This record gives sequence, structure tokens and C-alpha cells, in this order.
Amino acid sequence: MMSYCHTPADLEGFAWFSCYLTTNTHFSFYWSFVTVLLLVFITAPVALLFGFGGAVAKRSAFLPLRWFGKIYTNMVRGVPELIFFLFVPIALDQGFEYIRYKLLCEDSSAPVYQGNDFVVCAAAKLPLSTADAWVHTTYNFSLAVLAFAIVFGAFASNVIDGALSAVPKNQLETASAYGLSKRQTFWRIHVPQMWGFALAGLSNLWLILIKATPLLFILGIEDIVYWAGYLGKTKTSFFAYPHGDWRIWYFSALLVFYVLMTYGSEKIINRLSRRFSKGQATLGANEDRAAAA
Amino acid sequence: MSCVQTIIDYGLRSIGIGERLLPKTDITLCDQFVLIGSGMIWNIYFAILALSFGFMFSILLALGKASENPLWNRLSRGYIFFFRGSPLFIQFFFAYEAFVLLPKFGVDINLGFAVITAETRWLTKAWLGALIVLFLNTSGYSAEIFYRAYRAVPRGDVEAAQAYGMTGRVRFWRVIWPTMLRIAWPAYTNEAIFLFHATALAFFSGFPAWRQQGDALYYAKYFYDKTFNPFIPYPITAFYFILFTLVIIFIFGVINKHLNRHIAPTERQSIRYRPQFLR
Repeated sequence: MMSYCHTPADLEGFAWFSCYLTTNTHFSFYWSFVTVLLLVFITAPVALLFGFGGAVAKRSAFLPLRWFGKIYTNMVRGVPELIFFLFVPIALDQGFEYIRYKLLCEDSSAPVYQGNDFVVCAAAKLPLSTADAWVHTTYNFSLAVLAFAIVFGAFASNVIDGALSAVPKNQLETASAYGLSKRQTFWRIHVPQMWGFALAGLSNLWLILIKATPLLFILGIEDIVYWAGYLGKTKTSFFAYPHGDWRIWYFSALLVFYVLMTYGSEKIINRLSRRFSKGQATLGANEDRAAAA
Repeated sequence: MSCVQTIIDYGLRSIGIGERLLPKTDITLCDQFVLIGSGMIWNIYFAILALSFGFMFSILLALGKASENPLWNRLSRGYIFFFRGSPLFIQFFFAYEAFVLLPKFGVDINLGFAVITAETRWLTKAWLGALIVLFLNTSGYSAEIFYRAYRAVPRGDVEAAQAYGMTGRVRFWRVIWPTMLRIAWPAYTNEAIFLFHATALAFFSGFPAWRQQGDALYYAKYFYDKTFNPFIPYPITAFYFILFTLVIIFIFGVINKHLNRHIAPTERQSIRYRPQFLR
């Protein structure tokens, strides 16, 4: 904060704004952008892992595992994602607490759904009610990450499953003709070639993931939507920086943020896909060659 | 209370017909099924209207993006990029705040008609405000689909039309348009499904539910808040959405068959479910 900010009521114009935009609450707002980016960068690899697991499970020779993979990849079809974002964190939270309830509580015979409440003993609460505030925040954030990873993992497994099917059969047959075992064929031939096919779908998912981040708000995380709504609200003269209803400006800032994120990502993705298609006998690569020549 | 009574009381609760008070205690499975189903009326309403208006507007936008006129081209490109590039959720918030501010600007215009002020007030209600956002949003997404389909129309078709002396509007409506629609249809089916899913956002972003008249997810959330048990209301909502998704796939499949009726069965495009996921 600037030194002249101690009496904001006397300030005007640029000076007022420079003080207004550097208040502590505004720094929380800026910090929440970091939260969003953190979520995206943690979720993406975890979701990729889940997606890969789901796709492999779907092709497994072991029947229950195959069913699991099929259910997992198909669950996101036909149901709005919003329902998953509302359902998964609560279900996980209650699931964890139920397990702890069975293990930790002395008397675990009473049903957990008592009337209109979910009741477990104090020792089974997660996080413990005695825990610090940051533990609660971190726990809620991890649940959100897990929810995002599960839902986007299901999306990713659809993409990866499609990409695995797109790898030409001759490649795999050639591999087995060379005496490679199933496992070797999978890891040395099938998977490396799969990435090329999956890239388009996965980059599409990345754009979607970025656009899904405002749903953090619904999960009760103090994210950019929360702060934009909070900071933009009409502030009476009771506050240090009184102003009218500025929510529309804050939300337009969010719109600009997301449009820029999309724009930047698309630029990077285009460059990546050009690199990946180099030397491949695909239409895209042919066009690039023609353009370069 | 029997389930029939519940249906009479709450079957049309979401549009304000029936019992005023929502069930608070002793919530039965029937209560949840009926009220959430009643909420689906809103999802269907949003989906049908936004899709029908969006369909017409998106064609204009798609042709704008394909047009050589720099003004139309830039405007359409910008519009499509903006609505596809930003989250629908934020668009809802933004639009709501903008609509709330509108009457204040409206005073300056001072037309003096009571009707005008009433109309700006409606914009802050979900039935019109959220519908407009969904309409603008689906127009952006569909326009991109139609634009790509337009570019995929075989050159030979257009040249043949030219050779027959067709130009301008006639060539467009008789040759380009039917092919373009046929090519776009599978992708447009997915867009319709995902717009339908996106309607679930309407009551979660700014637009308040008036007199507790909300969509399916609004009631699901209500039941979760009351019973604290997510394992009943959310799966019920999911069930309804899957059901209506199947209905959409059926209807669009019939239209797809009609659009492809002149194509040899082996060369027909079937509708493949390729979700765009979230918007």
C-alpha cells in the first residue's frame, strides 16, 4: 500500500484507484486467480492419470475392471457436469467421514442420517473441528481438485480410449510379429502412438477445464467469482472506499481474463499440434509442408 | 400423503401451480421425484426456446464468419470467439449484473411508457434473462458448427450450381444450405444436448428463483440442504437428464434420417456422440 492511503476519503481520481486496488481484500482477489491457476495445473495431470487408468480399465481382460472402466467413461455422458460437481465432493466428504465413523467412534451403531442431518461423532469429523482454518481451506480445495479430476478424468478417458482405438492395427500386428509381448506392445508401440491422436481431444479438454474453473464457486471455495461478487457490491460510506454497484466491472474483468486464457492456450496448442504432426503422414502435416514451401 | 396427492400438489410447482409451501420435514422419495421432475419443465423450456432462436441467429453468424465483407466477418468472428472462449457461468453473472443496471439507464431514455420499464425488469428474472444468455451462448457455439459445415460443402456441388446458372440466394437455399445442414447435423445434435445440460446452470448464477420456482437442480439442491443426503436428489436429477438426453437424441436422429434420405445408406453420417462437455 502506498503511504498516502491512510485517509482514502481525501483522495481522488488516480490516487484513489491506486489505493482502492491495493487493499487487502483486493490482494485476496488477485490471490484467488492464483488459486484458479493452481487448480488447473494440479487437476490436469491428475485427470490425465485418471483418464489413462479409465481407458486401460475399459480394455482390461478382467471383467469387473472392464465394467468399472465402462461405467466410469460413460457416467459423464447424458448428465450435466454441474451435478457431478455438486455431488462428488459431498459424497466423498461423507464417505470419508463414514469410514472414520466406523473406525474411530466408540458407538458406531446409530445411523448416520438422523432426521435431517448427517451425524458422526466429533472424532470422525474431517477435518477435526479443532483444526486450524487453513486445514479446512486446504481440505475443501483438495476435495474440489478431486472432484474436478474425477469428472475430467472421465472426459479424458473417453478421449484416450478413442485415441487408443485410432492407432492402426497393423502397427500392433507388426509389433507382435517381431515377438514383442502384449505388455511391450502396449507400452512401446500403442501408447506412444496414441498421444498423437489424443492431442486434439486433450487440448480441447484443457480449454474446457479452464472454462470450468468458475464452478469452484459452487463448491464453496473463495474463488474469483466469490471475490468479484464481494468486492463489486455497493459499499456505503461505512467502508473506507465507498462506491456504487461495480459488480459488472468486476465480472467484465473475469470475462477478459478467461478470454485471454483461451486465446493464449489456443496459440500454444496450435504450435504444439504443428510440432507433433511434423513428419507424420497426415493432412495437417501436408498442409503445413505446402504452406512452408 | 399418497404419491398421487403429491403429484397433484407439486407436479406443476415449478411454474407456480399447486401447493405453495415446499415439503420441509418427512421428505419422501415421491416428493423428491415429483418436485425435481417439475423443475425439469424449466430446463425443457430454456432448451427449446434457446435452441430455436439460436438456430436462426447462428446461421446468420456462420454466414457472417464466412462472408468476405470485413465488417461482418470481424463482428461474427469476435462474437463467436467471445461466447466460445469465456465460461457460460461468468456470462450468466455478467448478464445478470448488466440487466440489473439497465432500468437505471432506461430512466435517461425516458420514453414515458410503463411497458418499457416493466420489460427491463423482466430481464432480471430467469425466464427471460437466463433465456437470453443461453440463446446468445448457443448461437456462438452453433455458429462455429455451421461455419465448419459451410466450409465442408463440396466445391463440386457449388460449381455445378454455378454451371446451371444459379447464383446468390437461389444457389444458397437450393444447394449449399441442404448440404451444410446435413453435414452439421451430428455436431449440432451434440450442441443441443450440451445446451440442454447447460440449462442446469441458470438458477446457480445470479438469477434468483422467484417464489422457489426453479429448475430440476434447484430442487435437488433444496432437498440436499434439507436432508443432507446427496445420494437421493442428485441421482434423481441425473436420471431425468439422461431420460431427456435420450429424447433429444431420438428427435434429432429422426431429423438426421430425413436430411440424409437421398444419400446411399452406406455413405450416411450417423450421429456419433462427441460431447463438447462443459461450456
